[in-house]
Amino acid sequence: MSTAVRITGLYKSFKSEFLRQRKEILKGISLTAEEGEIFGYLGPNGAGKTTTLKCLLGLIFPDAGELEILGLPHLSLKAKARIGYLPENPYFYDYLTAAEFLRYYSQLHLLKKEETESKITSLLSMVGLEKSAHLQLRKFSKGMLQRIGLAQTLLNDPDLVLLDEPLGGLDPLGRKEIRDIIVRLREEGKTVFLSSHILQDIEMICDRVAVIVEGQVINQGKLHDLISQKILFTEIILSGVPTQELEAFGECVAAHGDNTLVKIFDEQKVQDILQLVHTRKAKIHSLVPRTESLEDLFVGIVKNQ
Amino acid sequence: MKIKAIALNTFKEAIRDRILYLLLFFAIAALIFSRLLALLTVGDRIKIITDVGLASLSLFGALMAILMGTGLVYKEIDKKTIYTLLSKPIHRYQFLLGKFFGLILTLLVMLVLMSLIFVLIILLHGAKIEWGMFVALAFIFLELCLITAVALLFSCFSTPILSSIFSLSFYVIGHLSWGLETLLNKMNPGFGKTLAVILYTLVPDLENFNFKTEMVHHLPVPLQTYLFSTLYGIMYTLFVLALAVLVFRKRDFI
Repeated sequence: MSTAVRITGLYKSFKSEFLRQRKEILKGISLTAEEGEIFGYLGPNGAGKTTTLKCLLGLIFPDAGELEILGLPHLSLKAKARIGYLPENPYFYDYLTAAEFLRYYSQLHLLKKEETESKITSLLSMVGLEKSAHLQLRKFSKGMLQRIGLAQTLLNDPDLVLLDEPLGGLDPLGRKEIRDIIVRLREEGKTVFLSSHILQDIEMICDRVAVIVEGQVINQGKLHDLISQKILFTEIILSGVPTQELEAFGECVAAHGDNTLVKIFDEQKVQDILQLVHTRKAKIHSLVPRTESLEDLFVGIVKNQ
Repeated sequence: MKIKAIALNTFKEAIRDRILYLLLFFAIAALIFSRLLALLTVGDRIKIITDVGLASLSLFGALMAILMGTGLVYKEIDKKTIYTLLSKPIHRYQFLLGKFFGLILTLLVMLVLMSLIFVLIILLHGAKIEWGMFVALAFIFLELCLITAVALLFSCFSTPILSSIFSLSFYVIGHLSWGLETLLNKMNPGFGKTLAVILYTLVPDLENFNFKTEMVHHLPVPLQTYLFSTLYGIMYTLFVLALAVLVFRKRDFI
């Protein structure tokens, strides 16, 4: 497997207005994303995620470091011809209609006219905007702008898709749809590099992640290597057994009517409680074993920093 | 091809901008006003209409160039459309040239539109159209090209308001700098004169593009003067554009 993104020793600082001091944003970022994977780039706000992406795209110039896209220098047009980029909170030319906008960007990719029209139709239907093709972008909602933004990243059938907070500002249904598209892109053999702070979404779809805090990559690797698969505790919702009796097994977190939510840390006690439910002819409503989540890992790392 | 796509989109943007129509309205109002002015003045009415008309075209053309030129690049940065645009396989200079040619195309269309109305007003007064007028208009267009390049240069590193002030100053200084030339002729050689020569070389001389008086009063213009003005306009515009490309090349888009 070859490398889609390679960043080595990336430094970037900006002049702050006050006393003309320089503020270091990136302090030696090094990471690699392999071809064909969904790579999650995580970090709290202001950690340097967007700055890294902008360096990669040549929108800002790093102080030091090497950047490669698909084995090519990151500023080469050949590399840029093979990528698609969706910025955070995208905003596009509001005087253009969705179709005009896609047509304009396809010209920058030098797509042929006949190829362009079919591409625009298929992309608009993929992101669910086929009915808004002739609507000016000024009338688009935030979610619709995110969708048209995703459509423009795919105009050139890119090998690498860079998405900056692609799920921000979307409702749960919109998030699911975009997530499904991202997974489909991986199935088509594309590499997806996405930065996000919505950890549940990243957890569901990413193959590998890198965690960045205050301009440094703290941890990177395969998701299941970073997160332990050990069960931390089990949450059971049951009815038919008095709460007082359940306290012997674990922590009773909440009770609504006859239903009680018990949090059990000992796996043997889970078996015991199941036995009790069986003998009392009580009822189990749900049983969820909780393993470590990306959020736990993330909170742990940020706290340590 | 890529420059053409950016230029056409810039043209589309400018055409769909309301400010353009506001300026066009005032320009037409000024053209009509020139007729009123002619009624109130003693002398050759056609000369007054032509003089005031051409001056209005030049002024409103310059205002269009400045107001739209200074907003062009800034708007792309401010609204962050430049992020996706520059992530496409284009060079930064292609973006800048696309913007420049887009605006030049807009100004050309506007100038043609205003000229048509101007010609119509002259024809309504029973006067005939002279070729000299088109020469004067061509040089107004050349001046607009230079002003657009200057506005674009300022908008690469400054806000629209500041850029507009800078560009407007360039326009005003450019039209008053002939005073320096008169001063130079009257000065004795020495340090003061050297300083004045340097200043005169640095300051633009937009009067090089002004052939209104010659046209109105049928004064002969040597071919060299036309050639010099054309070369001056082209070289100055290229110089300013090159400067804009240099500034833009290393700019961070935070």
